[in-house]
Amino acid sequence: MVVRANDPTPPDDRRWRTIDLAMQRHDYRPDALIETLHAAQEAFGYLDSATLTYISSKLKTPPSKVFGVVTFYNHFTLKPKGDHTLVVCTGTACHVKGNDRVLTWIRDHYQLVPGETTSDNRLSLVEVRCVGACALAPVILPDGTLIGKQSFEEATTIIREWLGDAT
Amino acid sequence: MQREEIKRFAEEHRRYLEGFAHHILVCAGLGCPRNEEIVAALRRAIAERGLKDRVLVRKVGCMGLCALGPIVLIQPKDISYQTVSPEDASEIIESLGKEPVQRLLLPPDLPFFNRQHKNVLALSGRIDPESIDDYLAAGGYSALFTAITEMRPADVIRRIQESGLRGRGGAGYPTGLKWSTVAKATGGKKYLVCNADEGDPGAFMDRSVLESTPHAVLEGMIIAAYAVGAGNGYIYVRAEYPLAVHRLKLAIREAERKNLIGHAICGSNFELNIQIRLGAGAFVCGEETALIESIEGRRGIPRPRPPYPAEKGLWGYPTLINNVETYANVPLIIERGPEWFAGLGTEKSKGTKVFALTGKIKHAGLIEVPMGMSLREIVFDIGGGIPGGHAFKAIQTGGPSGGCIPAEHLDTPVSYESLSELGSIMGSGGMIVIDETSSMIDIVKYFMEFSMDESCGKCIPCRVGTAQIHRLLTKFQEHRATEADLAQLEMLCDLVKNTSLCGLGQSAPNPVLSTLRYFRQEYLDRIAAPATAPEDDQ
Repeated sequence: MVVRANDPTPPDDRRWRTIDLAMQRHDYRPDALIETLHAAQEAFGYLDSATLTYISSKLKTPPSKVFGVVTFYNHFTLKPKGDHTLVVCTGTACHVKGNDRVLTWIRDHYQLVPGETTSDNRLSLVEVRCVGACALAPVILPDGTLIGKQSFEEATTIIREWLGDAT
Repeated sequence: MQREEIKRFAEEHRRYLEGFAHHILVCAGLGCPRNEEIVAALRRAIAERGLKDRVLVRKVGCMGLCALGPIVLIQPKDISYQTVSPEDASEIIESLGKEPVQRLLLPPDLPFFNRQHKNVLALSGRIDPESIDDYLAAGGYSALFTAITEMRPADVIRRIQESGLRGRGGAGYPTGLKWSTVAKATGGKKYLVCNADEGDPGAFMDRSVLESTPHAVLEGMIIAAYAVGAGNGYIYVRAEYPLAVHRLKLAIREAERKNLIGHAICGSNFELNIQIRLGAGAFVCGEETALIESIEGRRGIPRPRPPYPAEKGLWGYPTLINNVETYANVPLIIERGPEWFAGLGTEKSKGTKVFALTGKIKHAGLIEVPMGMSLREIVFDIGGGIPGGHAFKAIQTGGPSGGCIPAEHLDTPVSYESLSELGSIMGSGGMIVIDETSSMIDIVKYFMEFSMDESCGKCIPCRVGTAQIHRLLTKFQEHRATEADLAQLEMLCDLVKNTSLCGLGQSAPNPVLSTLRYFRQEYLDRIAAPATAPEDDQ
C-alpha cells in the first residue's frame, strides 16, 4: 500500500465530516490519531490509502507512523469487508468449547481464513480475541448478532442458514 | 451541585420508584441476549392490562448467572426467573402478586447466589446503569461528597492505605502506596487513568462492572483524582466492548450535568475532566506503559520502568493508573471505612474479588467472593461443578499470563500469594475450568499462540522467545518432540520469563511452566522417541 505525503482534498462525501470532527475535537494534535482512525473506520468500514494520507497530513504525523499504528492494532483493517461479516470469538472459553472446529469448518467449507473475504465478496471472516461473553461460550456473531451456547453442529447449521446456503 | 440538591434528587427518585407495587428487573448486559425484546414484550403486556402505574420494568446490569440467562428479577419479592424469552412476558405479568411461574423459577437457595459476597457487584443487576438517578437513589456519589467536603486528600489516601486494597488488574500492587507516590510527585499537572483494556481472553469482570455500574467506577476515579491532585482523567476501554463504551459515555455526560465531573465539583474548587479513549485490539496495551503510549496516539509499545508512571507517565507527568475494579472498590471503602474492608479476606489479600467463571462449568458467570475462599468452593459450590458427568482436570487463572492449577490444589484459598506459589497468578479474575476431555498441551499452545501474536516486538526475548516456545509446543502437540526439545522448552521459558522487558513477556511462559509442573506426563507422552540429538528443523 502506498501512502503519499501530499495533502489530498477529500472527495465530496459527508462521511469525511465525522473524521474532521474527531480531529477538531482534539485540536488536530498528533495524539488524536487512534481516535481519528476509529472514526474513519466507522465511517468507511475500512481504512484506505487516501484516508490515511488525509489524516496524516491533518495531524502532521508522518505517513509511516500512521501506517505503523494502523497495522499494530488488530481492530484496524486496510481491506473492505464483504456483504456479510462473521465474527468468531477465539477467547479461551470459546476455544475450550470448540470454536477452533468452527474455524476449521469455515476454512474447508468456504475456503476462507480469518481476516479474508471470499472471492465473490459475500462473506468476510473475522477472528476476535474475546468479546467478553465467555459464559455463553462458544460465541459467534453473524452480522453483529451475538449467538452463544451452540454445539458445533448447531453453529455450522446457523451459519449455513444465515448465508442462505443449505448445501 | 451541593449535597442537599443531590440528596433531594435521590429522594425524589426513590419516592418515584416506591410508587410501583412491582418492579421487573431485566438484565440488559451483553451476556443476556434478546433482553431488549423481553423488555418490549413485558411493557406491552403491562400496557395491555392497564398496569402502567403499578408495574415498572427496569433494564439493569448483570445479575451474574449468565449461563442461565436471560435472567429476570421480580421485586420486592426477589423472585428470579431463568432463561426467559419474550414469549413468557404475559405469563410473568399475570403471575404478579400471585404464585410465581414455576417452570421459569430459579431456586432461591442456589449456592451460586448465597455463597457469594457482593460489594463491587452489590448494585449490579439492581439499578439501571443508564440512569444516574438510580445510582443516586441507591446512595451513589455520597462517598464522593464525604471525601471532598469532609476529608483532606491525605486522609483519603490514608483510608485507602489502611484498607489494604491491592490492584485488581492482576499484579496486586498496594493501591494506597501508588496513590501516595502520585500525590507526592511534583511537576505541575497530574493525570488519572482507568485501565479498562480487559484483553485477557476468558475474562469479563471489567466489562460487566462498566456495563452494570459505570457511575461507581466514575465515583472511584473522581475520589482518586481528588486524593492525588489530578485534573484530567482518561478511561482506556476496549473497542470490543461497545455497550460498556456507550454506557460510560452516558454516565460521564450525566455526571457532568450534575456537576460531579467538571468545575467546582461538589461545591469545592476541585476540577476534573474525564475522557474516554478507545483501545484498538492490542493485549499489550493492558500493560500500563504501553497503555500510556496508546493514549498518546502511538503503537502500544511498553517503556522501560523506572521511571514508573506514578512519577513520569502520560506526556511525562505523574499519572495514577488503576484498574476498573480497583476504582469501583474506592467509594465503598470511603463510605464504610477501611476497617470494614480490611476485615474481609486474608491477611495479605483484603476484601472481595470479582471473578469470571467460565469453561466446563455448570453455572458459568460473574461472581464476587471474599479473598481466601477455596478454589473448590468456587468451582463446586458456586459453580455447580462440571456438567455432563465429566471430571475436573484443572482451573486456569490469569489467562495467558497465568497457570493451570490441578485438582490436588483445589483446597487452596484464593489470594495473590497462594496463587503465585502455585505457579499461577490472580490476574484480573478470569477462571476457566478445564475437564478431562481437553489436552493441556493444546491449551498451553493456544495461550502461547496468543502471546506470540500479541507480543509488540520491542524486546527480543519476548518476540523471538514466544515464537520458539510455540514451535516447540507444536512439536509436542504433533507427537514429534524429543527429550532435547523438552530441555530446550524449559530453558527458553526461563529465559523469556527473566529477560523480557514487560509483564507480557515475563509472564508468557507461565502456562507452560505450570503445566510442566503439574501435567509433565502429558509432555512426556508426546515425546516421539528418546532421540539423542534435537531435530534439525530450525
